[in-house]
Order: sequence, then structure tokens, then C-alpha cells
Amino acid sequence: MTEPISRPPKKDPQKVTRPPELPPLERSRASLKLSASAARGVFALQVCEACGTIAYPPRDACPGCLSTGLEFRPADDGGEVIAETVVRTSTDLYFRQRTPWRVGTVRLDCGPSIVAHLHGDVVVPGRVRMVSKLDKSGNAVLMALPTGETENMADDLEFRELTADPKFRRVLVTDGRGVIGQAVASALSKAGASIVFVGIAEPWKPFPGQERLAAIPNVQVMELDLTDTISVNELAGEIGGKTDILVNTADHVRPGGLLASRSLVTARDSFDVNVFGLQRLAQAFGPGMRARGADGTNSAAAFVDVLPVYALANTPDFGFYSASAAARHSLLQCLRAELRPGGVRVMSVFTGPVEDDWRQHVPPPKVLPGKIAEAVVAALRGGIEESFVGDVARDIATRFLDNPKVLERELGL
Amino acid sequence: MRYSIEAAHWWIARALKELTDRAGIRPADIDGLSVSSFTLAPDTAVGLTQHLGLTPRWLDNIPMGGASAVVALRRAARAVEAGDATIVACVGGDANHVDSFRKLLSSFSRFAQDASYPYGYGGPNGSFALLTDHYMRTYGAKREDFGKICVAQRDNALTYPHAIMKKKLTIDDYMTARPIADPIHLFDCVMPCAGAEAFLVTSADVAKDLGLPYATLLSAIERHNAFPDDPIQMRGGWAMDVDELYAMAGSKPSDIDVLETYDDYPVIVMMQFEDLGFCEKGEGPDFVRSHDLTNGGDFPQNTSGGQLSAGQAGAGGGYLGMVEALRQITGQPLSEKVKGAKTALVSGFGMINYDRGLCSGAAILRGGGA
Repeated sequence: MTEPISRPPKKDPQKVTRPPELPPLERSRASLKLSASAARGVFALQVCEACGTIAYPPRDACPGCLSTGLEFRPADDGGEVIAETVVRTSTDLYFRQRTPWRVGTVRLDCGPSIVAHLHGDVVVPGRVRMVSKLDKSGNAVLMALPTGETENMADDLEFRELTADPKFRRVLVTDGRGVIGQAVASALSKAGASIVFVGIAEPWKPFPGQERLAAIPNVQVMELDLTDTISVNELAGEIGGKTDILVNTADHVRPGGLLASRSLVTARDSFDVNVFGLQRLAQAFGPGMRARGADGTNSAAAFVDVLPVYALANTPDFGFYSASAAARHSLLQCLRAELRPGGVRVMSVFTGPVEDDWRQHVPPPKVLPGKIAEAVVAALRGGIEESFVGDVARDIATRFLDNPKVLERELGL
Repeated sequence: MRYSIEAAHWWIARALKELTDRAGIRPADIDGLSVSSFTLAPDTAVGLTQHLGLTPRWLDNIPMGGASAVVALRRAARAVEAGDATIVACVGGDANHVDSFRKLLSSFSRFAQDASYPYGYGGPNGSFALLTDHYMRTYGAKREDFGKICVAQRDNALTYPHAIMKKKLTIDDYMTARPIADPIHLFDCVMPCAGAEAFLVTSADVAKDLGLPYATLLSAIERHNAFPDDPIQMRGGWAMDVDELYAMAGSKPSDIDVLETYDDYPVIVMMQFEDLGFCEKGEGPDFVRSHDLTNGGDFPQNTSGGQLSAGQAGAGGGYLGMVEALRQITGQPLSEKVKGAKTALVSGFGMINYDRGLCSGAAILRGGGA
């Protein structure tokens, strides 16, 4: 049974913050495809299209038939751990700070043997199930977990390195006026966050759900206007040093395409919230988070953005809104690279349309705010870099992966 | 030497200088060269020819770590037999700077980079810890059994002036040493160091003309990526080719007077006892318990202390056993002489590319007068 982690003590300002070292960064291109699967929480291995051999480590040619037709496909995650070690000394600075570190050899039911991180509750020899996760360097690593759930399983220190679990972490949710922000705040409080800061613009103006929000345990309402650089900077000055997870739920939605009248004003407003709001948050909170990526139990862990799936392809009935989402997606890619040296993850939670005043004419299915909140918590607990909430978002993602040009045409009908 | 500021080129040059001086030949007489080194970069054997002023007509670069010496000998012998070269100098050597081991690890192989270093970065310690753990579970080996190998080799090393470890090791020291990667403890691990080892390969006629003591190569095998379907390494490539090794030499395990195994960790020594036919698979622990592995014992093994006690000079570590065997069977040992040593088996093993060692080789040699 995993020893549960305990609530971290108040930070001693005289102690040096542990610098965020990363595990080894270099990977072959074939191996980066493993990371691409892990980013979406999928355990996938290379399968030979010619002879069906399953290969690991990632490579360029099949060891069964020399074919170069290897494709990553979701694989059977069952296996048996046949050997283990506990590394107690390492020349690598990241592991040196984190030893003892448990590692094992797993013989997968589908063929290959894998050297993997070993969860503390795994019994050797014995059955395991494999997961593929991104480590702090943003690369895929494989970990062997017990076949079933065990007590305090998520508290295993090796596993927690691969996730951004909200337990005992301090969270900022940027927009408490919206139903999504309120649902996310509630879900994170339930998930064990020690504080949930919730940003509210113009707090003197009442809003629906206000009392319910204030009643959520551990919630602290803070003044925050994403369109005002001073407001964002002031909040960062106050809580930036203890923001471990930031969840941006702000979203400015207006229908209309490029040719609609007044589109310039709408565009400016959309970009001010959706793009420049993200920019202000990243610039105010990013550097501090990046410096605290290895700061113990409540280290900075993740910057999460909830954004429309139309970031991937434009839906012309919301033309400018889609464009702002695309800009947002592009900047998240940039931020992902910029926060990586701190071991802080950037997570994109793509959603389909929600039920609100601006999308009354959009046909169902629509996404419930509670589902988005669940997805945010699941992404944090699972260390998932890209998740898609709701049928529409998953449909668009599937079509995008299949052929982005076809998707453009489909959305433009 | 544990750490040295000198480069691999320097160590290799020193070994070749000693070799040619002692053999009474000029560097220009070397018309074949075989080089093994991890730390020559950006050079290879090619750059070394100009660097050292050699003009060989046969040149080999063997990147096989601990299997280098056996493979170098095997190929050099063929070159001499075919008339492609008359005198081949085989040399293995490496630098060891303060941070060079960490740097070597980080660029060792693509599979290691992708699939073993990101897992605790234990390097070879981590890989051998897994093999050792599995071997212990499967065949009931105890830490004491590995300890007996290490202690015997230390005893042998104490008679060898070039050994890096100069202090007696007791089984108690071994058992109480600090853990490195369970079940591997401190004295299961080789000590990386700087250095070089070298030998000459030529025909018996040339050796006689030069008045040099020599040994005759009776047989040699090599194998790479053997048994890829074994879920974890339980045997090396020797197990595929061992029958040919003895048949070619016209000998059997009981004919071997001196055994030099590759010993970066004791578990692989035990596997070599099995795979080279000294006992059956799984009987390694019993074999160790019932034999005395010192130079004066009934099964002299790693008679200069092996890498565990003499040190691992990179690819030079792969040459240690070969050079020691040649010294023992040509009557010029630096370590305690093994009585009546005529026939030696030298085994090589190298290159943990991902989860197991890929290269293996072995050679049987007989002292010239035999």
C-alpha cells in the first residue's frame, strides 16, 4: 500500500527552492511518436503492418521482417513484471534528487520486454498493467501499475512525477463568472486542492451562482480581469508564488464570420480575452511557475487552458471565435516549450459547444460544464496533455487526425 | 589509473610504444591495426593512423566494448592467415576524465537513450541489477555467491601490480557495502578508469624469427544479439556457438587451465561458466560454491583480478583478460603464476544497447611451447 503524501508545511522563505532538473530530454524521432500517444493518454506501441510484430523500443524497421511499415497503435497493456531494481545512485541530476527509484522489466503479453517505472504497489513477480505517460521532460515513459486500484495509488512518488494531481496543490481558476469556471472550481476542491483561487472581474457586479461558488470549500474569490494587464499582474504579485496549477476557463464567444458587420469590434473583444488574456496570464504567472517545478509536494505542476475544439479547424458560423481559438492553441504550443524547462505541463482541454446564450442556434449534442470540470481533473490526475471533452470535440479531433483538409471542407458546408 | 587528464590517443600510443619496444620491432613494422575505444571521438581508427604516424595496409575499428579483444583477435588472425597483414597490433584503450562516464552514458546508443536512461538513469548498474535480480529469482543464486567471485578476483588482483584495487576484500566487506541498484552493491560494480591494453597478432614463423614468446589461437567465436526472444538476458551468445568453439579447438572445458571471463558484474561471470560449458544452465551458483577461483585454486579465473579489481579502462577493459591470458600461457605473468597454465579460454561480452549485452565472443589459446 502506498504511504499517503501529507499536507506540505508552509514554505520556509530562507530555504533554497530546489531547481527544476529534467529527466533526459533527447529522443529519436520514432520515440517522439510514443510521446504523441502518451500526450493523449493512450498506451500505443509500434505494430508492423506487414507481419504484425509488435516492436519496442521504438525503431525504424521491423525486427521480424525488416519492413519499414511500423505504425503506433493502441496495444494490449497487460504484462508480467519479471525483475526489479531500486536505483539508489545515478549520474543524472534529476534522478539523483529523487532516488530511490524503482524500475522493473515487464514482459508484455503482446510480445516485447519493457524496462519501465514500477509503481510501489506492484508485486514482483506479478501481473501489471502498463500506462504511457509524459515525464517532466515532456517525453513518453512507460510505467507498470498494479492491475487494480490500490489505496493512495496516486500518491506514489514516481507516479506523481508523471501527473499534476491537484491533491495538496493550490489552484487558480481564472473566470468564476462563467458556469465552466464554477464547475471547475468545485471539482478541483473535491479533488483535494488545498486552495482554489477563483478570479472574478468587476466583483461589485453580482452574477448567477455567486453564493454557491463562495460556499465551495477552500475557495477564495480574487479580483481578476484578464483584459487588464495591471489586474493580472497584481494578482500574480499576490498569489503567483503559490499558484501550482492554473486553469484558464475564460472564453469570449460571439457568432459570425469574417464578412459580418461589426466583425472588427467582435474580433478585438474575442482576441482580448481569448488570446491576450492568455498572454497576460502566461507572462504574469509563467516564470514563477517555471521556477517552482520541483518544489516538493506542492510544486508548480500545470497550466491548463480550456479552449474550443475549433482551434483545430475553423467553423465559419463562429469565424472569428475560431480564429482566436487557433491563436490560443498556437500560443499554448509555444508556452508548452517555454514551461518545459521547469517541468510544468501545459494542458489543452478542447471542448465542443456548451449550452449558453450565444449558442442557442447550435444543434446538440452540447457539453455540460460538469463534464468539462471532470475532464480538467482527469487531465491533471492522468498527466494528459491534450484531451477532448464531449462528442463534438472528439468527433472533430478524429476528423482532424484523419485529414485536416477534409475537415475544413466539412465544417464549411 | 582512476582519473587522468590524458586523452585516449595518449593511452593507446603508450600501449603501442610498450608493445613495439618489448617486441623489438619498429612502429613501421606494424602493417595491420585494430582499434577499440569509446573516447576517440571525433576520431576513429582512421584518424589514429595519421596521429600516430602508422601506415597499415589493414585497419579495423571494433566498437564492441567488452567483446573487442576477442573479436579483434579473431579478425586479425584471419587477416594474417589470408596474407592481408603480417603484424597486426590490436589495441583497446580509453580516457577517463572526471565527467566522462556520465557523458559516455548519455550518448551510448539510441535504444538506451529512448528506453533505458529515462528510467532511473542507472546506466549499466541499472541494467545489470535487473538481470541479476532475475537470475537470483530463477536459479536461487545468493549475494554470497556473487561475493565469492568478487573476493577471489580481489585476491588475484593483489598479486597483479597494475590492479587499481590494492586492498583485500572480505566477504563481509562485500555483503555490507552500500547498495547501488538492488541487488547490485558497491563491490559488484567495476571501477571505470583510464588505460590501454594491446597485443600483437602474427604468424608463428614471424614470432619465432623475432624470438618472441607466443600463443596459438585454436578457435574463436562471436555472436551478436543472440536469443532476442528471451524476455530478459539469461544467457549470452556463447550458448549458441560453444560446441563449435570446443570442436574447432579439439578440446573440452576440462582442458582449460586458465579462464578469463568478462566481468563488469559477477552475474555475467556466472552465466559464462554455464554458457561456456563448465556447468549446466542454472548450476552457476553451485559451481561457484564448489570451486576455488583464485590463481592457486582448482579453477583459476580472472587471474589478474578482472575488471572488478583491476579496473575497466573502457574498451581497454575488454582487453584485460586477453592480455592476462597471453601472459599466463606464454610464461610471463605479472600476477601470480597459474601452475601448468598452457591452455586458456578468453571470453568477451559487451554493449548494453537497451536491456541486455549484445556482443559476445570467446577464444581458446595455447601457449607456444605446448
